[in-house]
Amino acid sequence: MELNGAQILVQSLKDEGVEFLFGYPGGAVLHLYDALFHQQDIKHILVRHEQGATHAADGYARATGKPGVVLVTSGPGATNAVTGIATAHLDSIPLVVISGQVPTPVIGSDAFQEVDMVGITRPCVKHNFLVKDVTKLAETVKKAFHVATTGRPGPVVIDIPKDITDPSIKVPYKYPRKVSMRSYNPVVKGHRKQIKKAVDLLLSAKKPMIYSGGGVILGEAHKQLIEFTRLLGYPITNTLMGLGSYPATDKQFVGMLGMHGTYEANMSMHESDVIIAIGARFDDRVTGKLDEFCPYAKIIHIDVDPASIAKNVMVDVPIVGEVKPVLETMIEMINQDERRPDKKALAKWWEQITKWQALDSLAYDRNSDLIKPQYVIEQLYEVTKGNAFVTSDVGQHQMYAAQFYHFDKPRRWINSGGLGTMGFGLPAAIGVKLAHPKSDVACVTGEASIQMCIQELSTALQYKTPVKIVNLNNRYMGMVRQWQEFTYESRYSHSYMDTIPDFVQLAEAYGHVGMRIEKPEDVRSAFEEAFAMKDRTVFMDFMTDRTENVYPMIEAGKAHHEMRLRVPPGTPVDRELA
Amino acid sequence: MRHIISILIENESGALSRVAGLFSARGYNIESLTVAPTEDETLSRMTLVTWGDENIIEQITKQLNKLIDVVKLIDLAEAVHIERELMMIKIKTTDETREEIKRMSDIFRGKIIDVAANSYVVEITGPSDKLDAFISAIDEASIIEVVRSGPTGISRGENGLRL
Ligand SMILES: Cc1cc2nc3c(=O)[nH]c(=O)nc-3n(C[C@H](O)[C@H](O)[C@H](O)COP(=O)(O)OP(=O)(O)OC[C@H]3O[C@@H](n4cnc5c(N)ncnc54)[C@H](O)[C@@H]3O)c2cc1C
Ligand SMILES: Cc1ncc(C[n+]2csc(CCOP(=O)(O)OP(=O)(O)O)c2C)c(N)n1
Ligand SMILES: [Mg+2]
Repeated sequence: MELNGAQILVQSLKDEGVEFLFGYPGGAVLHLYDALFHQQDIKHILVRHEQGATHAADGYARATGKPGVVLVTSGPGATNAVTGIATAHLDSIPLVVISGQVPTPVIGSDAFQEVDMVGITRPCVKHNFLVKDVTKLAETVKKAFHVATTGRPGPVVIDIPKDITDPSIKVPYKYPRKVSMRSYNPVVKGHRKQIKKAVDLLLSAKKPMIYSGGGVILGEAHKQLIEFTRLLGYPITNTLMGLGSYPATDKQFVGMLGMHGTYEANMSMHESDVIIAIGARFDDRVTGKLDEFCPYAKIIHIDVDPASIAKNVMVDVPIVGEVKPVLETMIEMINQDERRPDKKALAKWWEQITKWQALDSLAYDRNSDLIKPQYVIEQLYEVTKGNAFVTSDVGQHQMYAAQFYHFDKPRRWINSGGLGTMGFGLPAAIGVKLAHPKSDVACVTGEASIQMCIQELSTALQYKTPVKIVNLNNRYMGMVRQWQEFTYESRYSHSYMDTIPDFVQLAEAYGHVGMRIEKPEDVRSAFEEAFAMKDRTVFMDFMTDRTENVYPMIEAGKAHHEMRLRVPPGTPVDRELA
Repeated sequence: MRHIISILIENESGALSRVAGLFSARGYNIESLTVAPTEDETLSRMTLVTWGDENIIEQITKQLNKLIDVVKLIDLAEAVHIERELMMIKIKTTDETREEIKRMSDIFRGKIIDVAANSYVVEITGPSDKLDAFISAIDEASIIEVVRSGPTGISRGENGLRL
């Protein structure tokens, strides 16, 4: 079969099984757009800003495990995509981003809409390619998908000069079935000897902790994690990225750990004697002060990326490999072992943890006349019966969602953890809804974050992706205000805006339904009403208590056992708000 | 400690900037970096001199290995190895100093490869500290220009860095 470059790209994507292409046209990709015009298999989703394309593809990838695919033009189209690429990079999300480039002969001449996309994205991709020869195009696409989806996943950019897609140059086409790269061979199975060492350590533990993260979700290993955790009877905590990898409503789950994790999760980490980290990367939001991180624990670490191991925290038993096969081997070894976990020690340990839990570190004032953001999330959880896909933006609302929506299944909690990208939530929700049209999709956001990609409301209408936007409107960049309150004596430097749009009217102008909710007693009925409108995007603007803060909190430079807790009710709190 | 890391990398455009970019992005030290094609034209060989404590060096080798284009690498400091650097040094000469410089160059097994009315160019190879020693043995004021290749290295014995 002879095809031109543009056709080769489109055909390669088909052969790769791509369903959706999130994109935006421009000069350098017009040949490609023309090739897209002649086919129906791949559905092109026209976003309103290239950042939206990357986040939507990212949301699709997080919700399905399949790579998200993006097409943007050169220059401004490419640079607009960078924030989304970096977002996917830090959370290890597989994306293939195709950017147009100026024609090969003029590369480097400051041609119209030329940027060095390979150079710009180098530090925020897993890998990138500049295609210089049309006969290598299909192979490059194959390699890009291979690299993006295997090992530690991540975004891959393919930069394609316009002359490569020239319709008049045809070459033979064959999509490679397999690809092998001598320089890229990610480890799959862990070393048995290391796994055995880990089992020995685990079975000798008196105060064990399981600390698991996004790697369990990325590696589709939640079933193995559940089996492993139940087999041992040990307490388990999840990172922000790991939520849903273990059922949050299970009694062995002690909540999220880290900066805004529960008191019990952080105290258990601090006091533990054996910690097994599973697909988690000891991020600074998790460890707090490194010198005082888990001072009594021996640490086992399973990670597919050797560079994640011993990066921030030294570990005693490193295991390089994918979570799934490693846990399978571990379960098998434990089952064959005569030793069992120390029942007496474990009972004592759980007794201690129960005491920490009794402190109820997530408690908030339930008798307020104002809408508490936590209450909104609780109601969202109840009305959707815990089954919704929940995307989020970045800020206090993100933490409330993580703390109060109890995720029992993987891939339901979709947020930007590593880069913390405001503007992620809405386009991601559109990507999720395309992947799961029958499921409820909610986007928890704040009045500041939502304005960063609000233009995608228009995309949501065009492609009929009815998502429910839950705007926790505190008239503040709440997370920034909270830090200013705690560390800058409440000098609220530019953490609020003088003008916030009327979101109800705005939603309606975009062709959606807008609702404003001002009283706690209206929260539930608003959700019921909104979720009953199956085919409408609904913007729910909840006017929440503007003074509310996220608790508990490990402040900067503090360790796990030094959490700042909410001031007990009844203590007068005197806060003047600007 | 100082480490010499030898890397086999795909001979693709941009491979060098991936390595250099990694060092600047992650704040690793880099003392020198040399690159040249190998007998296999699809591969380049880089020699990189860096320093840091054990943990940093471990991260550096892991991060380098993580680059998709890196095929293989070794930390030469982990094995017995030979290290060589080439230096060409241009030195001002006078009738009185010519003989002395010639003698010094002989002691260091150097070669005078250019002779002009008022200058010599001396070529010396050896471990970097030998080149340092030569420089300090020469009157500083007489040095016009120094060009050094940066060290390259190879392990001793029959094992080699190859595919
Ligand atoms: C406002 C804000 C507040 C935050 N507060 C918190 C907080 O309180 N607590 C918290 O936990 N986080 C918090 N975060 C998120 C934090 O910044 C990190 O994103 C998060 O902690 C990282 O999660 P993780 O360790 O699970 O790693 P991920 O980023 O999910 O990385 C996954 C790890 O697993 C590995 N991996 C991938 N696939 C596999 C596989 N198949 N097999 C084995 N290993 C694999 C990867 O190599 C990587 O090391 C916050 C973020 C924001 C924006
Ligand atoms: C693109 C981007 N810019 C700035 C920040 C820093 N930042 C983190 S949270 C936040 C405020 C978010 O405000 P809002 O969306 O209203 O959420 P709230 O905290 O009030 O719930 C800011 C500015 C960021 N994370 N992302
Ligand atoms: Mg806000």
